Amino acid sequence: MYTYDTYDQAMVDARVAEFRDQITRRIAGEMTEDQFKPLRLMNGLYLQLHAYMLRVAIPYGTLDSRQMRMLAHIARTYDRDYGHFTTRQNIQYNWIKLEDCADILEELATVEMHAIQTSGNCIRNISSDQYAGAAADEVTDPRPWAELLRQWSTFHPEFSYLPRKFKIAVIASPEDRAAMRLHDIGLELIRQDGALGARVFVGGGMGRTPMIAPEINPFVKADDLLSYLEACLRVYNRYGRRDNIYKARIKILIHEIGADAYRRQVATEFAHVKTLGIDPPLAELERIAAFFAPPAYDAANVEPDRTDPDFAVWLDQNVKPHKQAGYAIVNISLKPIGGIPGDATSAQIDVMADLAEKYSFDELRVTHAQNIVLPYVAKRDLYAVWHALRDAALADANLDLISDIIACPGLDYCSLANARSIPVAQKIATRFADMDRQRDLGELKLKISGCINACGHHHAGHIGILGVDKKGVENYQLTFGGSGAEDVSIGKIIGPGFDEDGVVDAVEKATEVYKALREGDERFLDTYRRVGLEPFKEAIYG
Amino acid sequence: MVEFRYRTDEVTEQPSVTLDAFLDQSNATAVRLEPDDDARALIPFLDRLTLIEVAFPKYRDGRGYSAARILREAGYQGELRAQGDVLVDQIAFMRRCGFDSFAPESSLNPDAVARALAHYDHAYQGAADAVVPIWKLRHG
Repeated sequence: MYTYDTYDQAMVDARVAEFRDQITRRIAGEMTEDQFKPLRLMNGLYLQLHAYMLRVAIPYGTLDSRQMRMLAHIARTYDRDYGHFTTRQNIQYNWIKLEDCADILEELATVEMHAIQTSGNCIRNISSDQYAGAAADEVTDPRPWAELLRQWSTFHPEFSYLPRKFKIAVIASPEDRAAMRLHDIGLELIRQDGALGARVFVGGGMGRTPMIAPEINPFVKADDLLSYLEACLRVYNRYGRRDNIYKARIKILIHEIGADAYRRQVATEFAHVKTLGIDPPLAELERIAAFFAPPAYDAANVEPDRTDPDFAVWLDQNVKPHKQAGYAIVNISLKPIGGIPGDATSAQIDVMADLAEKYSFDELRVTHAQNIVLPYVAKRDLYAVWHALRDAALADANLDLISDIIACPGLDYCSLANARSIPVAQKIATRFADMDRQRDLGELKLKISGCINACGHHHAGHIGILGVDKKGVENYQLTFGGSGAEDVSIGKIIGPGFDEDGVVDAVEKATEVYKALREGDERFLDTYRRVGLEPFKEAIYG
Repeated sequence: MVEFRYRTDEVTEQPSVTLDAFLDQSNATAVRLEPDDDARALIPFLDRLTLIEVAFPKYRDGRGYSAARILREAGYQGELRAQGDVLVDQIAFMRRCGFDSFAPESSLNPDAVARALAHYDHAYQGAADAVVPIWKLRHG
């Protein structure tokens, strides 16, 4: 894991002092709320329906046990004893007091954490593959690149008042576990003629106008990458729309001028920016990469004993192959049946920290699907890990199944929402509570957003649910056929919406159609793509 | 009115003209850029300009930050002024992008500005100022 040097530490310490000063001026009335808003947002502080919400950055979703325990401590001390892990691999606290904020940031800074740029019209927390460093299919570990980008984008003077927020994801595997092409910039690290570089996709995103990012450059060399990104951002900062907040994301610019025109403008800007000497030498990437060296693996390769049937089920569902023989990747589901997707209590966060320290070389990951990963668990320890997780109600064996739902906070918390998301997620999970039934349905990614902003990634759901307000009543639209993986696609609305119970019934009918029509080991998504919408529509509306 | 100026030369007395007016004729030495003006149009004339004023009608509109960097990257040495809805907490970023004078519409507290400029000793990335980026300090 990356460790701060004195420069990194000085930056977060300075941020705490700066934000304390800003809060003091706000409370003293030296700033209006309108003037304070972008400042607090750039520190991840939102004013929600009931209270302030603080979003803490977990860069590329990677953290150690000490940091994880700090997250529990903050939940316990300053919030209501729980935290909410988000689709951008961060954590949110929903009940924060403004006057506690600077103290919280000060505590975070003691464990090399912060809330910098977790909101606002700036470059947000860089996201990545939660299996980075452990995945068998990766070309390289994407995290050093993500850390390089974190540093470059932190307090970027030119790009802190962009037309709109800006999200970057970095992956290094052909399998996309980070919804890379649904980001403003998606980078896929590849090797070309022996050298590492990035395929650059620009202009993806969800929201009210979902778009899949087109490829803008097939290969940018490692030591050109920051200049190239600077060029991408400068073209956007100068020409992105500012007349309408809903048309201000880079995807709209690229859609309006076309990928070719954008590519040409970036190429011209890059030719200029490259002369400025802003790219760090490769030695800087190597310095960072040294922190992500593989852990001291044990050579023993002990297969776990599968006699306990519950354990075997969990093993098959939540444990994934590792690039190191004798090791496995453990997914901890934060989706208990009837629970709130992504929520964890302080006690559970502590348990996960303990397990990481004892069994996973002190490392954890947060996934964009709002689960937690222990990336380096020896196979012989899997049974002990499972036992400890079960004792903490963290052993749900539902990874990628229908109850592994992504849901935004919705109208229960969010001031932008039109409808509640959490109760719908709870009802669907409860309807499909029978694990045999869930496993029979196989991989089925269900995602729920409580408004058109699509924080719950409904566009990328095999089944997506969008909550809207229909004349004062919550109404839920269904979409089918989305995917955030390497087979990326945007879901299509299937027809008129439903009330809360109606949408649960419709989802159930869709699964029945799938079961009747599936061939071989087709997933729901594959069957839908093969047979089209009609049979589903007939069953649901017929 | 210029409230903060980080230059030692004389303040230009000449009123600034619009970009269109400047490009039309003019031997003016001071120009005002609006957010949707292309700063690069001034590049052939930088030698004879002593003041470029960049308008910020709304603080949320960040196009002027790119305009400033483009002008400095092209070698402009004259005064680069941010005018309009300029707030305390933007001045540090503006300084990094090359602005060296500030004419905020609403008067700013000089102590708060001084504090805002003093918070950070370092910066991660190179920009239009003289700050040496952290990666360069690390690798000498």
